[in-house]
Amino acid sequence: MADTAPATENLKTLPLRALHEELGAQFVPFAGWEMPVRYGPGVMAEHLWCREKAALFDVSHMGQVMLPADEGAALEALVPMDIVGLSEGRQRYAFFTNDAGGLHDDLMIARHGDGLHLVVNAACAEADIAHLKAHLPAVDVLEGLALLAVQGPMAEAALSCLLPEVTGMRFMDARRMDWEGAALRVTRSGYTGEDGFEISMPAGVAEPFARALLADDRVAPVGLGARDSLRLEAGLPLYGQDLGPTISPVEAGLAWAIQKVRRTGGERAGGFPGADVILRQLADGASRRRAGLLPEGRAPMRAGTPLFEAAEGGAQVGHVTSGGFGPTLGAPVAIALLDAGVPSDATIFGEVRGRRLAARQAPLPFVPPGYKR
Amino acid sequence: MKFTEDHEWLRPEGDVIVVGITEYAATQLGDVVYVELPEIETQVAKGDEIVVIESVKAASDIVAPIDGEIVEVNEALTENPALVNEDPMGDAWFFKIKVEDESALDDFMTEDEYKDHIGE
Repeated sequence: MADTAPATENLKTLPLRALHEELGAQFVPFAGWEMPVRYGPGVMAEHLWCREKAALFDVSHMGQVMLPADEGAALEALVPMDIVGLSEGRQRYAFFTNDAGGLHDDLMIARHGDGLHLVVNAACAEADIAHLKAHLPAVDVLEGLALLAVQGPMAEAALSCLLPEVTGMRFMDARRMDWEGAALRVTRSGYTGEDGFEISMPAGVAEPFARALLADDRVAPVGLGARDSLRLEAGLPLYGQDLGPTISPVEAGLAWAIQKVRRTGGERAGGFPGADVILRQLADGASRRRAGLLPEGRAPMRAGTPLFEAAEGGAQVGHVTSGGFGPTLGAPVAIALLDAGVPSDATIFGEVRGRRLAARQAPLPFVPPGYKR
Repeated sequence: MKFTEDHEWLRPEGDVIVVGITEYAATQLGDVVYVELPEIETQVAKGDEIVVIESVKAASDIVAPIDGEIVEVNEALTENPALVNEDPMGDAWFFKIKVEDESALDDFMTEDEYKDHIGE
């Protein structure tokens, strides 16, 4: 066993650092931040807690940006989504495309009365903000905020003790609320496959808010480790693994996120970076496709595992983009990019430590979503 | 019982040495979900990666602490990898290794030295 000594210098710390430590967190460096990877119970128990009860995640490392409400059309020059038609009080999954038809990052966009609220990945935040500023005149980078996520089948019951209004929200609703004098932005969304909420708030109220939630027996803190296995089981892509500059949204299985109005024949078709590539792939198909894999046996197939159609020989037909153990399934699970020519019922073989192990293709997500639509 | 810098424990049992990982190592690894053991009757050299151990999050290797021959492996771990977290110092031993020269054990850390090593 090799020691892994994380470099802790120059890492940004979360506003709730002291609370995480008090709760028994182990920290790891992630995207330039010192993040709680797990607490006392460990990744497996934390994962299952989120599937059965309510998990509290600190995702304050993510970048938050406001754009003026009337910048929807300008933002559409960067993302292939319908932002002009996004209603007030609704949120939408989006991604910044590049000229080659790949992605710079994926993000969430919510329309509130006072503007468009964007949440971007921590690892890409700096580049995303530069990208936004290069194209839009009034980019307000929000500082001094925390972002907490409450996820799981009991999330609504627990959060409504603090914020009664959340019971009136459905999946992907976005609302501004007040908690003890502090202004919050609440969305009914998350990245675990469960029902749940994300709450943006001033950093100063994050600790009393988190403590008030944790006082509820149904709520437990859950770290980055379980967040990754939860999103993997839910078939949700991670930028840097399942998404990246050389993977198109069509290949990544995200065609559903491109609204009709931005597609060929739509009222505002194209007009985003890489539109020629992406619109052509939407019409004619892409050369690769995303697939879920259920490896036989117990050995996980991690990201990068080369994939083949045969137990011996033959050319490589793809690779695993995210893979690990799925605690809800009690078995290994993986997301892969496969050549489009591979039949969807073909057995796939992953090369793990020099041996080819069989895997069955399976539809994503691996666990049924708990969203309240 | 002796200890290695790689967080393995070594317990002499007759003419073989039983090898496992320490409680500290098991805690650091987190929930173990997969264990791949070496073939018995394999000759191994000190430093060879002979066991694969995977937690929910990542894969690690366990190296042969000493030259010798693998004479027995703990098949119970293949069926129930979680045993590594439940009883790392006892039931969750990984393999038994037969060595030429048992005095080779003298080179490893004592329990006190190992505790210093992990800063306890």
